[in-house]
Amino acid sequence: MSEQILNLTLQVWRQKDAQDKGRFETYQANNISTEMSFLEMLDVVNEDLIHKGLEPITMDHDCREGICGTCGMVINGRPHGPRERTTTCQLHMRSFKDGDTITIEPFRARAFPVIKDLMVDRSAFERIIAAGGYISAPTGSAQDANALPIPKTCADLAMDAAACIGCGACVAACPNASAMLFLSAKVSQLGLLPQGQPERLTRVRDMIAQLDAEHFGTCTNFAECEAVCPKSVKLEHIARMNRDFFKSGILHRPPHTSAGGV
Amino acid sequence: MPVLDMTLARDTKKFCFLTSSVGRKLIMAITGFAFIGFITGHMIGNLTAYLSIVERATGKIPGTAMNEYAHFLKDVGHGYGIWGVRAGLLGLVLLHGWAALTTTLDSWAARPKGYRKYDRKSATWASRLMRCTAIFLALFVIYHLLHLTVGLPYLHCAENPIVVDATGGSVDVFRNFVNGFKDPLASGIYIVANLCLGLHIWHGIWSFSQTLGLSHPRYDKLRRYVATLWAMAIVGVNISFPIAVQLNILWY
Repeated sequence: MSEQILNLTLQVWRQKDAQDKGRFETYQANNISTEMSFLEMLDVVNEDLIHKGLEPITMDHDCREGICGTCGMVINGRPHGPRERTTTCQLHMRSFKDGDTITIEPFRARAFPVIKDLMVDRSAFERIIAAGGYISAPTGSAQDANALPIPKTCADLAMDAAACIGCGACVAACPNASAMLFLSAKVSQLGLLPQGQPERLTRVRDMIAQLDAEHFGTCTNFAECEAVCPKSVKLEHIARMNRDFFKSGILHRPPHTSAGGV
Repeated sequence: MPVLDMTLARDTKKFCFLTSSVGRKLIMAITGFAFIGFITGHMIGNLTAYLSIVERATGKIPGTAMNEYAHFLKDVGHGYGIWGVRAGLLGLVLLHGWAALTTTLDSWAARPKGYRKYDRKSATWASRLMRCTAIFLALFVIYHLLHLTVGLPYLHCAENPIVVDATGGSVDVFRNFVNGFKDPLASGIYIVANLCLGLHIWHGIWSFSQTLGLSHPRYDKLRRYVATLWAMAIVGVNISFPIAVQLNILWY
């Protein structure tokens, strides 16, 4: 597909700070190449705003190669825009047509308060991970290959879960603003591997306790999260997490009461 | 924020398994599964109405099988059985309703400000209408109990609802069943309610299997088929009763 030039109308959410009520502003994005990424298009718009002496649009972005999970905004009603398995930075303007009006909003959730414009505070995810998304066993330096036998299917599934970049699109897309897909990926990536077993049941319990404290919504299995996930994290992980949680409800012991396994 | 500065809610003593978000979902799933078992049994029991056609052809009193089945339910456990089941069902309704209400309020509170544009991609209509069908079904269950269990007179147009059979002062369930559906309005309510029920359990069956952790690529497609077939069987059979009465296939 050859390069084309687009003229677009943007409706962008502008909010000065966390306290500001916020409003939509309309901007023209002219002479946009179809080869640009969505963020490059916003860079052009921002440059224009700066030249005019106006405040540029604030947005999160970092690696711009789809692996860090920093960028993320709701583009025409879908987190990360219209393309499947694509982050905002990897969305290219060839996905749009000349004359399109594009609505750009921040991720909306009580747990993700807006800091400014399109930038939201996603540290709730970090606290959920800090509550249990780790292993505490010292693993030492790299072992010999195959010293610890792991079935290929488990390794693959764990890798699929570990693909989660924590961008928060699942929460943004969920009609309930639930973070179950994110949480289940973080539970599964460890629960599927031998190193994750010792803390498997306390992990899921602690992480769900933190999830509830962050005021995310509750999953009703709409499956919108799976549809927008830029890394194709599957609903299967939510089911696995539910299984682990069910087990923890039966087997959990309060810490420091007795020795022995779960 | 550095991890050390974070305030974590992790207090395993305070954490309650059953009232946590996922715990309430488990309660919803298990009670929902119990309801699906109940309505399946209810539907199979009502199929005895169709035996009236056979009974008429063989010269018996039409409705004998249905009445015998109804009397069996009333007499089980010296008459206490039915009250035990009713109490159990009421308990399940309260649990299911409590879990649904609290999780719904949590979810509404979780997004105080909505989107101007919101493009849904994979949510089915059944899943999106769960809360609406739930409210309609709750109202319908009250109507259904007043209509055919209590037998409020003004809900019947044909005749007095509590028809006592000639033999011994017990209720002629089959006659009430036919009478109840002679009213086109009542039939209409039952048909609409069952379509709602179908949507509710179609998503419900798929959803409780997901919540209970029954998800695997090996049988994920099967789960959808089972949900579709199960919901269609229940709705199809249930809807056939008012239609059969309206078409004079079932009569006395």
